[in-house]
Amino acid sequence: MLLLAIDTSANASTALLRSRGTVIEVLGSCTSERGNDHSEVLASAIESLLADASGQRPEAIAVGVGPGPFTGLRVGLATARTLGFAWDVPVHGVVSLDAIALEAAADNPETDFVVAIDARRKELYWARYSSSGLLMDGPHVSVAEELPALPVYGAGAGLYAERLVASGATVVAEFADAHPGAVALGTRALRALASGEALEGTEPLYLRESDAKVPAVMKGKLL
Amino acid sequence: MSLSAPLVLGIESSCDETGVGIVRGTELLVNAVASSMEEHVRFGGVIPEIASRAHLDAFVPTLSAALKEAGVSLAQIDAIAVTSGPGLSGALMVGVSAAKALALATGKPLYGINHLVAHVGVGVLDGGALPENLGALLVSGGHTEILQVNSLTSDVRLLGATIDDAAGEAYDKVARLLGLGYPGGPVIDALAKEGDPKAIRFPRGLTLPKFIGTAQEPGKHRHDFSFSGLKTAVARCVEQYQKRGEEVPVADIAASFQEAVVDVITAKAVRACTEHGLNNLLLGGGVAANSRLRELLAARCASAGITLRVPPRNLCTDNGAMVAALGSQLVSAGVAPTGLGFSTDSGQPVSLVSLLA
Ligand SMILES: [Zn+2]
Repeated sequence: MLLLAIDTSANASTALLRSRGTVIEVLGSCTSERGNDHSEVLASAIESLLADASGQRPEAIAVGVGPGPFTGLRVGLATARTLGFAWDVPVHGVVSLDAIALEAAADNPETDFVVAIDARRKELYWARYSSSGLLMDGPHVSVAEELPALPVYGAGAGLYAERLVASGATVVAEFADAHPGAVALGTRALRALASGEALEGTEPLYLRESDAKVPAVMKGKLL
Repeated sequence: MSLSAPLVLGIESSCDETGVGIVRGTELLVNAVASSMEEHVRFGGVIPEIASRAHLDAFVPTLSAALKEAGVSLAQIDAIAVTSGPGLSGALMVGVSAAKALALATGKPLYGINHLVAHVGVGVLDGGALPENLGALLVSGGHTEILQVNSLTSDVRLLGATIDDAAGEAYDKVARLLGLGYPGGPVIDALAKEGDPKAIRFPRGLTLPKFIGTAQEPGKHRHDFSFSGLKTAVARCVEQYQKRGEEVPVADIAASFQEAVVDVITAKAVRACTEHGLNNLLLGGGVAANSRLRELLAARCASAGITLRVPPRNLCTDNGAMVAALGSQLVSAGVAPTGLGFSTDSGQPVSLVSLLA
């Protein structure tokens, strides 16, 4: 199966993967260095991936549903949903943290572990995984102190290393600046599809309400 | 592709309307719009994050409905146009990302176009080619501008604009002050009919000689608008009635506020047109539906010898058909498409009718 993977929960990232049985081949990938240019670079990056694969149309799309900063996250979701509609192919959602969890599990952790990325406003997006990389709890958004006392993988660990260690967690140094990437995300999706495991829909995991406040005057109070 | 009547799909997401329109040349095939307006009611104004979330959910269903209603397949489309700005940046990004994905999937040329100029371009769907010596007055919740349209596809100039709130925004804020709900435009317009527009003399923004100057030596804000002082004046006025323990004359305030807004908008638009030799004026934007604005503008245009053109209401509010209409004019004029590599521009100037590749 030819799969296009997209994740914009951190940097804009896209990959084209092919699976034959259990063998997964990465045909190409591209990840932006900047965290704020998703809508600018994503479509062109996909276009060149497809051109390198001599224009074959993907048979499915996997997209990271977050959590991640809202505006960037929506760029990936809008792109994936629209491509799915135009190509008439299925679009599968994958929790973006799963991408880091897949790589973390390959590191053979001895216990459950946590994947955490920056959620801004001094908080982390995080989820707990089994040592084999199965999502056990989350994703959540909270301050560093609320994470379980386990090894923490991902850029969130690097960002709040001191506070995590102080509250009993450990920081996995090799993963301390890891962001969700489309290669791992696509690999996760292809493995799930091959094993008949159900994937998510494409509803974004915002985890936070919009910050809108109802003004006093709208509550029936004049001035 | 037919250069004279290209089949163009337009996408709009700059504020709270998710629009997909399809035109063939100057013929409107479909104008599908999903609005998140209801979700903003309890806040008394558009909340950007709520609008952006709604765009993401509404886009594919709106696109699908538009194609179905027009009986058109994506393969038949000649070009795609999308609002790249001005507007709310997070909202714009949803439409732009979707438009790029469509262009990528179909291989069709993509134009990133100016929302304000699209409000003018929509005019071709109602009465065909636009006249020469054209001015445009755009009034909505997001913008208040006077434009000089020398060429719809290559030469549009900004003559004047609001320096603070948009006119529609002032309506929303005053409606909130008066406890009238959201959106403010229709409810104030209706209530104003029961009130006396001369009851209270509210200030006309940027009309002092130091701002206006003369035709020969124009002041800094000769053709510009300001509505924030007016909003404050209404608040003070309401406050005074309350302090005195008197009933607030809501209808009189609504009528007087509306008169202040409409008086200054129409006077400035007509003066700008007259001084720039523009004897045609197109009215656009959501506030174009306001009855007093239409009435006074028609009267003042008639006395000044200006022919007024007002597209139907559903084409004046934000929609995808206006984006498609301008896109089709750009294709016909041979303007090069923008391609996939552009960014949204929340402050895109009117001189940038479409983004360059
Ligand atoms: Zn508009």
